[in-house]
Amino acid sequence: MKEKGWKDIPIAGLIVEAGNAKEYKTGDWRTFKPVRDVEKCTNCLTCWIYCPDSSILVSGDKMTGFDYDHCKGCSICAQICPVKCIEMVKE
Amino acid sequence: MKDKLALTGNEAVAHAMRQINPDVLAAYPITPQTEIVMAFSRFVADGVVDTEMVPVESEHSAMSACVGASASGVRTMTATCSQGLALMWEIVYIASSLRLPIVMPVVNRALSAPINIHCDHSDSMGARDSGWIQIYCENGQEAYESTILAVRIAEEEKILLPVMVCLDGFITSHAVERIQLLEDKVVKDWVSERKTKYSLLDVENPLTYGPLHLQDYYFESKRQEAEAMRNAYSAIPKVVDKFEKLTGKRYDYLEEYKMDGAELAVLCLSSTYGTAKTAVDRLRAKGVKAGMVKLRFFRPFPAKEVVNALSKAKAVAILDRSDTFSNQGGPVFNEIRSAFYEKKDKPFIINHIYGLGGRDINVEDIEKVYTDLEEILKQKKVETLVNYLGVRE
Repeated sequence: MKEKGWKDIPIAGLIVEAGNAKEYKTGDWRTFKPVRDVEKCTNCLTCWIYCPDSSILVSGDKMTGFDYDHCKGCSICAQICPVKCIEMVKE
Repeated sequence: MKDKLALTGNEAVAHAMRQINPDVLAAYPITPQTEIVMAFSRFVADGVVDTEMVPVESEHSAMSACVGASASGVRTMTATCSQGLALMWEIVYIASSLRLPIVMPVVNRALSAPINIHCDHSDSMGARDSGWIQIYCENGQEAYESTILAVRIAEEEKILLPVMVCLDGFITSHAVERIQLLEDKVVKDWVSERKTKYSLLDVENPLTYGPLHLQDYYFESKRQEAEAMRNAYSAIPKVVDKFEKLTGKRYDYLEEYKMDGAELAVLCLSSTYGTAKTAVDRLRAKGVKAGMVKLRFFRPFPAKEVVNALSKAKAVAILDRSDTFSNQGGPVFNEIRSAFYEKKDKPFIINHIYGLGGRDINVEDIEKVYTDLEEILKQKKVETLVNYLGVRE
């Protein structure tokens, strides 16, 4: 994303569009990334409930993976997983 | 324009606030400002204003409440001085950075220590780099009118900066003067409704005030804030013109007194100007070519106007009612000396720091300043750049 000059940004540094946090890729803050063992996963979606960055991807009632553009690698999903199917792997 | 009332400077400001009828006022009492909010709270209790008054537990909270209210898009005011302004500090900068047009009378009082409740300009001068516009008022009438003027300056779309309306503690705030009030309706029409593009309470268009800016955007935001103060410099005279049509009063960046043909000039802020005019009259009667300049706006600093006015003289003294402890004189002196750098035929410019902690400044003290200037012209050199006027050796 090309950074804007001072004449083109909103007054007072306001964020004037709701929900634009998704444009800010926080994935590169990560040291460890979550990796799921699909065989062990029961699709209970506990990780989806707990993820503070809405980075658990779900389709229907199935967990489909991680949004690595925004996952900061906090490992809450790995800690909370009742069947321990998520492993934190060094980037 | 019929109403003439005997009012203290503080009461005059409270009447300005009554006529402005702000949506929110959050304030905490502190001498000598207390009377403003006390008088205003009576207007609230009597139901003559619609203001939501928030009696907070500190000035830090007062300014925080003002920031929240102003960001929601409503007209917001507070008042403070001295230690109160010092306690507000963190949020004072946030108000200007978020471009919130809050109007705040500051009843100038010395800063501790030693603890003191009387007038000097240390409090507001400390906030000179906070991004607020600063107006310094000579008397109650000016404080009243400047408060009303300030609303439109602050809310001008090209400006959108908060304004401090400074009046001298006790000297102006507690002296009773005959104040000519504008009609309520005139003020109501003048201030009109605050219009804002960005309201925090606009649920149809949600937005965020005060998000984090790191290396990527902080600098751009600050550059934009600097431009706002530049815009203020060009936009204020237009607001002043409109105000003159309404009131017949000119609130120019500065005011001159007997500067035509003046060889010796003194520049000061606020109530000292009244005293100084008497000194000029006395000196003129004796044939001394004395003149006087009052600086009304310190932010934005009207460098061009100041240089033009003072260039008429051959020797100039700048009176500062606060010190910077930089060994380079007071804040007003520093600004003016810097403004003269490009000027070829400069007058001699010296500094007198005076009146700290409410020390009286008399006509004789100001006459002494002109004597110093005469001596400089005679010697053709400056012996002491920074002088302390009225302090015991």
